[in-house]
Amino acid sequence: MNESTEIELAGQVVELVRRLGGSGAQAEAVVTRADLALTRFANSAIHQNVSESTVGVRLRLHVDGRTAAGSGSVVTADGLRALVERTLTAARLCPPDPGWPGLAPPVPVPDAPPVDEATAHAEPDERADRVRAFVAAAGDLTTAGYCRTSHRSSAFANSAGHTAYGSSVEAAMDGIARRDGADGVARRCADRLADLDGAELGAHAAAKARAAADPVELPPGRYEVVFEPAAVADLLQNLSWYGFNGKRYAERQSFAEPGVAQFDQQVTVVDDPLGASGLPFDAEGTGRRALTLVDAGTTRAVAHDRRTAADAGAESTGHAIAGGATWGPMARNLRLAGAVAGPASAVGRSTTGTAAGAVVDTDTAALVAGMRRGLLVTDLWYTRVLDPKSLVVTGLTRNGVWLVEDGTVVRAVRDLRFTESYPRALGPGAVLALGARPVRQPDRVDGTWWTAPSVRLASWHFTGGASG
Amino acid sequence: MTEFDAASAAVQAALDAGARYADARVMHRRYESMTARNGDVEELTQDESIGLGVRALVGSSWGFHAVPDLSDAAARDAGRRAARTAAASARVPGPPVDLVPVEAVTASWASDCRLDPLGVPLSDKGDLLVEATRTMVRHGADLAEGLYQIWDTAKWFVSSEGHRIDQRTRECGGGISATSIGDGETQRRSWPSYRGQYGTTGWELVESLDLGAHAAQIAEESRALLTAPPCPAGETDLILGGEQLALQIHESVGHAIELDRILGWEAAFAGTSWLDLAQLGSLRYGSELMNITIDPTIPGALGSFGFDDEGSPAVKRDAVRDGRWVGVLAGRDSAAMAGLDYGGSVRADGWARLPMVRMTNVGLEPGPHTLEEIIAATDDGVLMDLNRSWSIDDKRLNFQFGCEVGWEIKKGRRGRMLRNPTYTGIGPLFWRSMDMLSGETVSWGTPNCGKGQPGQTGHTGHPAAPARFRGVRVGVSA
Repeated sequence: MNESTEIELAGQVVELVRRLGGSGAQAEAVVTRADLALTRFANSAIHQNVSESTVGVRLRLHVDGRTAAGSGSVVTADGLRALVERTLTAARLCPPDPGWPGLAPPVPVPDAPPVDEATAHAEPDERADRVRAFVAAAGDLTTAGYCRTSHRSSAFANSAGHTAYGSSVEAAMDGIARRDGADGVARRCADRLADLDGAELGAHAAAKARAAADPVELPPGRYEVVFEPAAVADLLQNLSWYGFNGKRYAERQSFAEPGVAQFDQQVTVVDDPLGASGLPFDAEGTGRRALTLVDAGTTRAVAHDRRTAADAGAESTGHAIAGGATWGPMARNLRLAGAVAGPASAVGRSTTGTAAGAVVDTDTAALVAGMRRGLLVTDLWYTRVLDPKSLVVTGLTRNGVWLVEDGTVVRAVRDLRFTESYPRALGPGAVLALGARPVRQPDRVDGTWWTAPSVRLASWHFTGGASG
Repeated sequence: MTEFDAASAAVQAALDAGARYADARVMHRRYESMTARNGDVEELTQDESIGLGVRALVGSSWGFHAVPDLSDAAARDAGRRAARTAAASARVPGPPVDLVPVEAVTASWASDCRLDPLGVPLSDKGDLLVEATRTMVRHGADLAEGLYQIWDTAKWFVSSEGHRIDQRTRECGGGISATSIGDGETQRRSWPSYRGQYGTTGWELVESLDLGAHAAQIAEESRALLTAPPCPAGETDLILGGEQLALQIHESVGHAIELDRILGWEAAFAGTSWLDLAQLGSLRYGSELMNITIDPTIPGALGSFGFDDEGSPAVKRDAVRDGRWVGVLAGRDSAAMAGLDYGGSVRADGWARLPMVRMTNVGLEPGPHTLEEIIAATDDGVLMDLNRSWSIDDKRLNFQFGCEVGWEIKKGRRGRMLRNPTYTGIGPLFWRSMDMLSGETVSWGTPNCGKGQPGQTGHTGHPAAPARFRGVRVGVSA
């Protein structure tokens, strides 16, 4: 398949709906080709190496006041006809849908950043070479993780005459190094596989793991913290899914109150889907663009698709997803802005020597240097929401925690469980400092990423240690 | 070209390209889900997907490739690409890969299904959810939600060792929930479970849930929870309902006994396990009441099948017997590496995904009591049920769970409803504290078990009944 094939297929589906469902039928079709590959390593060897070449067709239609959605992987003429017929049948059996917002109008979508062809067509050897570099850089430590590449090519058409096409690529690498049960991590997301340096990431993870040796248990309680970008990514994801979601906002399940200074004035959060390679339109064909969610501490917006926008008397912000009628619109490319003028310190200090590797970048070093007593946290793990409205979340630290005293990393700490309200932890006066350099972190699925600098917070509620 | 022909072509192409072992699965899956909210159908989705995934072992390295095309040319190309990917794996080689022996069979298997869930009229299914959600709104819910999901899956499996197996599995389930919104918090009650109950069975399962009959009660309870006293903080005796205990089994036993985690294969993402293979057969996991089985043969349970996704037949095994750890969930390669003689627990969530170690039905054998007897025997404690949140560390030791509802237990009687109940602990210490166990077992289905990269969603079953645990920390809050 190629661009013209995908556009043609999407057009065929819309035309089939018109022929089989009548001229009044409204339809939107998305045809996506995906080439995804992931090379996974553990115990310092590649143990799973997978790739897939898939084609998917997604159809949503509205006929006689009723709506249904269907999807499939069969793109033969018979397959497309079967998809349209069963979706039409489903729609006719559904009750009326008075909230149907109509189709996206035929307006141009923005240009997306160009895709890197080398990444789009990367061979398994290229991923394996980065894994080999990661493993070698970690020396005698045991390593595990993945290197992945993705290439998506997607065409949209609807019966209002709107069409769009885009393609995207992404490369990501995520690995740990471990020794005696102590782990260190390095994680990056990029537009080009060439921008991922396995050796650099392996050395980074190994330095963290070496510094995590012989951890001590700390009592639960409130601690000042420096979160590295991997940990901040979890904050952004949960804020997005549960807070900046237009459906949850309309249902009063979100903390978000646009116009209110809910966050510290140092907090500015922008959803920036085209800030990196990405598809230039959402599941409804609406063009994607940057959306400021929090501006200098004040909540400014929530994400909308056409349905939630119609309910709110607003316009879609280009955040429709498949299944969005249930889950609501999602912002999946959040960037927490860094400090305008970066902190000056460039050196992480340690009293133990072994802990020096806990601080692997100058940005984090500067934040640590300002902390009288607190914890340096690398990563958060298995976070789950206890209450969506207050966004109280529980979870654990992972991949390295260190005690900091008088600006110095003094020793490694065992993992801790926390229970904390994310908006409250980032609230007015709660953010003590930001790093200057946001780092892009991959999500479980390609196309979703979170960009953040290290962050220093006044208080984080740790509710228990690893031994209970 | 039949599905078996396509799978055979892919396997042969992989062998021709240098593989010493290969297998291929063709899968055809139809999926349907419907959600309703506040008396209206919110979303109806249907999906149909068919494709082929081929796995090749070259030397000691695996490769996998998947395509949505069953033509001979596409199948052969997929086999060659799987072998080429396996060859690339050898750039960072690991230890030798062997496969524990399994008899090559030609077989067919189908799950029991009395009412074909895709054959039930959409309007009937919609009416069920619409009526239940309308009832919840009438009884005070701010958000009334209903959901059903149906999977109808056909698989054709071929291996270079001579397997030729086809299976047809029909799975479905559903549930309802009511959410009430107060100042700064929400409270939710569900029936019969968070996200519903699921099984490898027909629509008769959903009918048996009698969703409409429970709608009013859960709506009223969700509203009552807004003003209920919070769960007190401290250590107390904890009685867990069967649905919450099913998740406790899933998280703190099922994942911990996955052999790929124990071997470190999931270290970077899903994590490892606190279990050490050297202690298999001797480690005390819990009290003597704790008997956990791995049983994919349970009729109707969500983790049931005839053969796993590398051709091993469904067999019941012990995982924990009289409190002692005795078994793992394994695949043919992980078992060989660990020196064990069985696999049988490898599955993939679709044709485009690599089969991996997954839970089947991991459940707790019944005990001698009833829930009422357990309550009557408890002087001071809390009863919690229906999961609301779940979190456990990467070694599967430190957990914290939140439940939808708690009840105070005083002097052997159930008292006030408690809101925001949570409990926390360490897996083996918690299981060793279990001193009373009910025989009121239900096989709870979990259709959303996440694992693997790229991510996979597994379907698992967990027979469980209410039980009591002594001296548990409860009431953790922000």
